[in-house]
Amino acid sequence: MNAAAPIAPDHDLAARVEDLTKIYGSGNTEVVAVKNASFTVARGEVVALLGPSGSGKSTLLTAVGLINPATSGRIAIAGQPVMDGPRALVDLRAFRRHHLGFVFQKANLIPFLTARQNVQVALEINDVAPREARTRAEELLAYLGLGDRLDNLPYMLSGGQQQRVAIARALANRPGLVLADEPTAALDGRLGRQVMDLFRKVAHEQRAGIIVVTHDHRALDVFDRVFEMEDGLLRAHAA
Amino acid sequence: MNLAVEDIRHNVGRFALTATGIGLLLMLVLGMGGIYGGLVHEATLLIDRLDADLWVVQHATRGPFAEISRVPASLAPRLEAVPGVASARRFVFHTVQRERAGAPWRFSVMGLDWPGDRGEALPLIAGRPLAQARFEFIADRALGLPLGEQVRLGKDTYTVVGLTRGMTSSSGDPMTFFSLRDAQAVQFDLPGEALRLERAARQARTAAVDLGRQQPALLERAGRPAAAIPVLGPPTVSAVLITVAPGTDVAALAKTIGGWPDVSVYTRGEQRDLLLLGNVDRARRQLGLFRAILVFVSAIIMALIIYTLTLDKAHDIAMLKLIGARNRVIVGLILQQALVLGAVGSGIASVLGQWIFPVFPRLVLVTGTDRVLLAGIVLVISVAASGLGIWKALRIQPNIVLA
Ligand SMILES: Nc1ncnc2c1ncn2[C@@H]1O[C@H](COP(=O)(O)OP(=O)(O)OP(=O)(O)O)[C@@H](O)[C@H]1O
Ligand SMILES: [Mg+2]
Repeated sequence: MNAAAPIAPDHDLAARVEDLTKIYGSGNTEVVAVKNASFTVARGEVVALLGPSGSGKSTLLTAVGLINPATSGRIAIAGQPVMDGPRALVDLRAFRRHHLGFVFQKANLIPFLTARQNVQVALEINDVAPREARTRAEELLAYLGLGDRLDNLPYMLSGGQQQRVAIARALANRPGLVLADEPTAALDGRLGRQVMDLFRKVAHEQRAGIIVVTHDHRALDVFDRVFEMEDGLLRAHAA
Repeated sequence: MNLAVEDIRHNVGRFALTATGIGLLLMLVLGMGGIYGGLVHEATLLIDRLDADLWVVQHATRGPFAEISRVPASLAPRLEAVPGVASARRFVFHTVQRERAGAPWRFSVMGLDWPGDRGEALPLIAGRPLAQARFEFIADRALGLPLGEQVRLGKDTYTVVGLTRGMTSSSGDPMTFFSLRDAQAVQFDLPGEALRLERAARQARTAAVDLGRQQPALLERAGRPAAAIPVLGPPTVSAVLITVAPGTDVAALAKTIGGWPDVSVYTRGEQRDLLLLGNVDRARRQLGLFRAILVFVSAIIMALIIYTLTLDKAHDIAMLKLIGARNRVIVGLILQQALVLGAVGSGIASVLGQWIFPVFPRLVLVTGTDRVLLAGIVLVISVAASGLGIWKALRIQPNIVLA
């Protein structure tokens, strides 16, 4: 069963996924993690991805994020075809740099860089001048309540603080598509809410599409649409 | 922001320890070169100091530093008669190993051709040149004798009157300078019993021939000191050193004297080359080989260290790739760390060497060229060593972040 896509021209889409299937392993260890998923995410739209553990949410997210190539299916991001099955149609690293932002369950900060530098590095590898990168990193972190933690190394930060740094890093380059895998799991209700507000704001102001994997069924009101996965199959609901 | 620097900054202790280890290795590389430099310096020091234009040695030998050379002391006046020879000095050189305070005690003895040469040309740091023909000597301070110290050698006692610095023989032993006569006395010292036996043998030989039987005076002479017997002549010297008169064609003079059937002649340069090719060449190759192995070992150790540092950062490198970092960012991170390690390591090697080399038993002479060479070697091995780490880093998949 496929998610019904809103009718929109390709250039207004943050992502278009057609018939995506991901199979792990082969023979009797074969796992079909995602089965024939098709959906689109419009620019400015925030989508929730729900589903039980092991249903294929992370697999789908990383396939769309160009980290974990699908077995078959096509992916277009920002109107540009990028994957045809497992085959890349563009330079994936450059494409990730320019168009994608990631937040994972774990913060995955670089341990020898401070909070600010962890955000700054994402900007600098995208050719933002160091001074500007620094300012933008500070602004973002301040917005996420870490203005007084700029020079702390990751180990000095709590799990929730680390996660906020990771969110700042994902948003630093103003990506057209943000993929977040349970970004608020480590945050309390108020901060979780604030992160979701930030996502809304980013979606609105930067015309970005955002997919958020979440387990929190109470907070679904902030999403424009909800996708549900079960055993590798994707269904969509209106929020 | 520089990732390599940030990583080092936040792991200073670990990097310092690693750099120190590499520094110690590089110090050995530097030291090997320095030992060779010292070897060459010491080997040629005496030849350069003696400042002779020509070396006249026993026929068909390579001179006193290479093998035993003996020429009669009367060779000097013979040579002085040759046109173009300004002066001819007798040269006595040998090495003595005795025991002092229970430890072996080695030094080289050189005879100064008293009274023409009293050691004024030596680099004295204390005391004075020889003032009398006998029982005084000048010693290098490496021998550890203070001025005024009295030393018994053979049957006589000699007093230290002057000290030099850095005067060693080609074998690295400290030099001592005696008058020629004293040098020979030390060299040819025989115990009383040996002298008595020698004289008795001489007497017996004389008695066994008709000349001895017919000439009782001759028989009696044979039992006296050798110096008193005209036919036995004075003891030999090792070589005769010639200083040529200004404006003389040294090569032509060498050819003339070289034509004499009882001697061989070498210019200073030839004597120098003989020394370097003989004594030093094998040591040079030995040290060179050892140095090459050390460089190789350093490179391997460095490669392993860089590789380990890279493995430790595998997750971070994967994350960098995931957010889209170019390969050049990742290669730069590893290469720069290798270069920093190499640079800090060679700095440590240099400083540590300045500290440690002077206490080595033999001269370690590190020149500016050696330091430049080390910098070159470090550059090459740093780059080569980071190869393994870079190879690994470029193969890291971004999706290991998800694991
Ligand atoms: N690298 C892998 N190799 C083999 N099988 C995998 C791999 N990664 C995931 N799977 C399998 O694919 C299926 C989907 O996994 P996935 O991680 O996408 O689930 P998920 O919905 O994100 O679960 P959770 O909510 O627990 O994070 C699971 O059955 C999992 O065992
Ligand atoms: Mg998951």
